[in-house]
Amino acid sequence: MPLNKKIRELQEKREKVLLGGGEQAIEKQKALGKRTARERIMALLDEDSFTEYDLFVEHDARDFDMDKKSLPSDGVIIGSGTIYGAPVAIFAQDFTVAGGSLGLMHSRKITKIMDHALKMKMPLIGINDSGGARIQEGVNSLAGYGEIFFRNTISSGVIPQLSVILGPCAGGAVYSPALTDFVFVVDNISKMFITGPEVIKTVLGEEISMEDLGGARVHSEITGNAHFFAASEEECFDQIKKLITFIPWNNQHKARMFEPGEPNPELNIEKIVPDDPTMPYDVKDVIRAVVDNSDFFEIMEHYAKNIVIGFGRMGGRTTGFVANQPLEMAGVLDVDSADKAARFIRYCDAFNIPIITFVDVPGYLPGVDQEHAGVIRHGAKLLYAYSEATVPKITVIIRKAYGGGYIAMSSRHLRADFVFAWPAAEIAVMGPEGAANIIFRKEIMSSEDPDFMRKQKVEEYKAKFANPYVAASRGYVDAVIEPAETRRFLLHSISVSENKEIQTPHKKHGIPPV
Amino acid sequence: MKEYENLGVLNIDASLYKTKISKKFESRKPYKAADKRLILSYIPGTVLDILVREGQEVKNGDELMILDAMKMQNKLKSVTNGRIKKIPVKKGDRVAKGTVLLELE
Repeated sequence: MPLNKKIRELQEKREKVLLGGGEQAIEKQKALGKRTARERIMALLDEDSFTEYDLFVEHDARDFDMDKKSLPSDGVIIGSGTIYGAPVAIFAQDFTVAGGSLGLMHSRKITKIMDHALKMKMPLIGINDSGGARIQEGVNSLAGYGEIFFRNTISSGVIPQLSVILGPCAGGAVYSPALTDFVFVVDNISKMFITGPEVIKTVLGEEISMEDLGGARVHSEITGNAHFFAASEEECFDQIKKLITFIPWNNQHKARMFEPGEPNPELNIEKIVPDDPTMPYDVKDVIRAVVDNSDFFEIMEHYAKNIVIGFGRMGGRTTGFVANQPLEMAGVLDVDSADKAARFIRYCDAFNIPIITFVDVPGYLPGVDQEHAGVIRHGAKLLYAYSEATVPKITVIIRKAYGGGYIAMSSRHLRADFVFAWPAAEIAVMGPEGAANIIFRKEIMSSEDPDFMRKQKVEEYKAKFANPYVAASRGYVDAVIEPAETRRFLLHSISVSENKEIQTPHKKHGIPPV
Repeated sequence: MKEYENLGVLNIDASLYKTKISKKFESRKPYKAADKRLILSYIPGTVLDILVREGQEVKNGDELMILDAMKMQNKLKSVTNGRIKKIPVKKGDRVAKGTVLLELE
């Protein structure tokens, strides 16, 4: 056969496979408000940057008449390309081919691109849209999942791993996203659960819709499985692209530098925080007042809102922000907020991203439910994550920093490199009311007017201890600064920490509380 | 300073904070100490068989009921001596987790 004929033969083969599950299946996919796997890749990656591998892979299942079925590309597309010039490896499950079900060759394609990403040290993006295991392929399908989970774990902390849930992701399949760094979900499209509504109804007699069981909102607000919530696939892709600009390609690099820009001058930092430590404000306004271009990219916006995490840039360099949020649950630490912040701190540490912590914390949330939910071991994660992190750690105490909350929020004692405090900071063992009740218990009880006496003692305590100067006198705070000086001090700290190096004892790995 | 709506009050160490209160916190269940006279289903399932009658004396370790759950026939045994006061369920009932199965005197 002459070459041009062979080329034509290749082109025909390609065209046939590129149609995936065929026009009917594609129409069905579109009717659900979903794009096809290939459209998704094209929408996400830089134009003409995608190079596909394994287009002609076929399954070799023989049982249940599978030998008579052809599944184009075995229901998953793999390859690599770029996002704003950053290299990424990607796989996208194709729901139009056998419901995106995972068989042996399907999983081998996924593990091939995972191995590639790890070898080439580039971020991996997985688009999940699959009915689950391909039952006809039996234990081979389970083996496939296991191989994926293993690679997710081995790659963790080496290359960034992003999971995008754009359809069902049920049963064992959910554990690949759960092992990755960031999970993206889209309203009405994403569905994640271990056992579906049908099984729950049969076994337990409880009726629930897929959406209420494991929809995008559930995982963004209740379970904490998802990190980014979007109203549409388009918005989701914008979030992924933006995230890629903030993170490095692997753990041996730092994130790319961007041209720095000043924050919005209309955000007057002195006008954000009320003097009274019991009054609320939005700590995101404080972050926006100091970060480059006032551009703060929040992560897990809808989960455990009493702590805020996300990325911004300081002088062009990616920085992770952790901040207590007085507007939500007074910014207390609890099971969920400790969990949320600790994981983010470990992410930043793994990928060479300095951490700035804004502190305004009243302490831990009291309650039987918190104690029984394990606030001890969950709270411990925060201490562990901050102590363990060797990236530059800079702390700004805005207002109150009481008790265990003070210690946990990147204090000097957990080896913060810089601790700054605003003049209104109150660094004390607990709030003035609680402290006065304990220290002056006898005086208050024996007084003729206990309420008046209590107020007097609270004021006495406030005057003496509700300030940053006791901590500053011990060197626990490096500088007491004016709010308007915050950005300058932060830029200075980030820039002098550029080559930070510290030695830690040799170990295989620690045993963090989980 | 901005003004915020829908603020509640949260008491932390005797300080009263004005802040938004989360749904999770608002809907938390108040703690109730367990009542040792009530035997509850520890798992959702179906009552397969009841092995005791109301008024019957039972001893620690006696089998009381068989609960079919998670593809298993679970034998419920008494952890105390006593007399059965009431059996609010009957054979074939499908019960949720925490349902009272037996009441001791």
